[in-house]
Amino acid sequence: MTELATLPTTRDEDWRYADAEWLAEADLAALVEWKEVVVPAGGALAETSHIVEGGVTRLRVHVGPGARYAHFAINSAGRYARLEIEATLEEGAHFEFGGVTIGGGDKRQEFVTRVLHAHPGATSRQVVRAVQWGRSTGNFLGRIEVAAGAQQTDAAQNFKAILLENGAAANAKPELEIFADDVKCAHGAAIGALDETAGFYMASRGIPPELARKLLVRAFIADAFEAVVDETQHDELLEKALTALDEEVV
Amino acid sequence: MLEITNLHATVANGSGGKPILNGLTLKVGAGEVHAIMGPNGAGKSTLAYVLGGRPGYEVTEGSVSFNGQDLLALEPHERAALGLFLGFQYPVEIPGVSFVQFLREALNAQRKSRGEEPLSGGEFLKLAKEKAGLLKLDMDMLKRPVNVGFSGGEKKRAEMVQMGILDPAFAVLDETDSGLDIDALRVVGEGINAIMRRPEKGVLLITHYQRLLDVVQPDVVHVMVAGRIVKSGGPELALQLEEEGYEAVAA
Repeated sequence: MTELATLPTTRDEDWRYADAEWLAEADLAALVEWKEVVVPAGGALAETSHIVEGGVTRLRVHVGPGARYAHFAINSAGRYARLEIEATLEEGAHFEFGGVTIGGGDKRQEFVTRVLHAHPGATSRQVVRAVQWGRSTGNFLGRIEVAAGAQQTDAAQNFKAILLENGAAANAKPELEIFADDVKCAHGAAIGALDETAGFYMASRGIPPELARKLLVRAFIADAFEAVVDETQHDELLEKALTALDEEVV
Repeated sequence: MLEITNLHATVANGSGGKPILNGLTLKVGAGEVHAIMGPNGAGKSTLAYVLGGRPGYEVTEGSVSFNGQDLLALEPHERAALGLFLGFQYPVEIPGVSFVQFLREALNAQRKSRGEEPLSGGEFLKLAKEKAGLLKLDMDMLKRPVNVGFSGGEKKRAEMVQMGILDPAFAVLDETDSGLDIDALRVVGEGINAIMRRPEKGVLLITHYQRLLDVVQPDVVHVMVAGRIVKSGGPELALQLEEEGYEAVAA
């Protein structure tokens, strides 16, 4: 995520799964804008975002020593919707990210994160879930950088996608760059279909297919919002994300 | 109330369908409990899945009528709403969905399709508690995700708790006794009696063993071999099978 002097294309690593046609017509000024967030030493900040309009949103976060920053995002927009977060962590800081892409049609939805463990003892946890149908695509490009000397780093990222229909797609691009030797970095990715056996089990109890799908999708994306402390906010995020399912799935 | 006539069915296995049911005919009247016994591979579980409407199980010939309705024309959830319950040999785990949520959605979906008002959270919990108690299943287990982390016996007991809550008109129970120890077997058997022994209800019990039939005494016992019923009789037929084996009795 270097500064852009010219419009990116899908030949750029960070933009490889982007919508090429959209990029070609994009306004460069709108792509290079960063929203800056600073969490001072010992502070805590939690933010949520619901992306309902296409475009690129970039967020640069600096998390001070012992501070915490959490961001929970729903990306249900099209035609191309991208949220980038760059987080720099000082000593003992924590970064939490939970993201859900959910959409159909020809939507291309992605989260791109770069987490810099610049100092020792910082932790980060990222959970991204993608639910796609139609000919849509859900992407997660997650880069974790551990600087030399950033010992006792504990970083984890996990991506799972459910494709509800043939023709939908998901891409995962985990990247770990580690220059310290006493660190824990975990990443995982899985792409699959909705569990048909569970669907039949639910039907055999009288649950209609649309409701079964909603319950299963809800359970699937709940992982991304597990770290939301406030129960009301947690449920609101789930319901907002599921609205996309209700409105669009035929 | 359940009338199966000349049923033929295949199971999808990649290269077309493999015939499993080959002209099965069976009639269960209201107030009756029928047991189906038979060797492995006879098609007992296939029969249960065909009645439940599982995708991949295709009826190629014959008919099934349930209280006068064409069961095979209905979607699986519509069959459940009509009062058909399928007890699974291998209950399915659903991470992230609690039993309480799952069963309340199921019961209220069934009630809605029958034009009844949904149960409130409190009413539902009261009902769930009562049925869990009947099957001696700790109510706390119903707060956990569906079947996740349950032992084989707990899953089968939970199946019967579900049956108690949904209160079906007809139950097809596929090897509900497998995986149960002797005490659990008695609890489950008594649960079946308490929930389903009514003049207006019916049960089709698929089992390998006599043990469950000591508790849930069947009115009719059928022997199934190679996808059809080859012999039917009273409860004494099960005892004879236990002593002599399928081959001798079916011959």
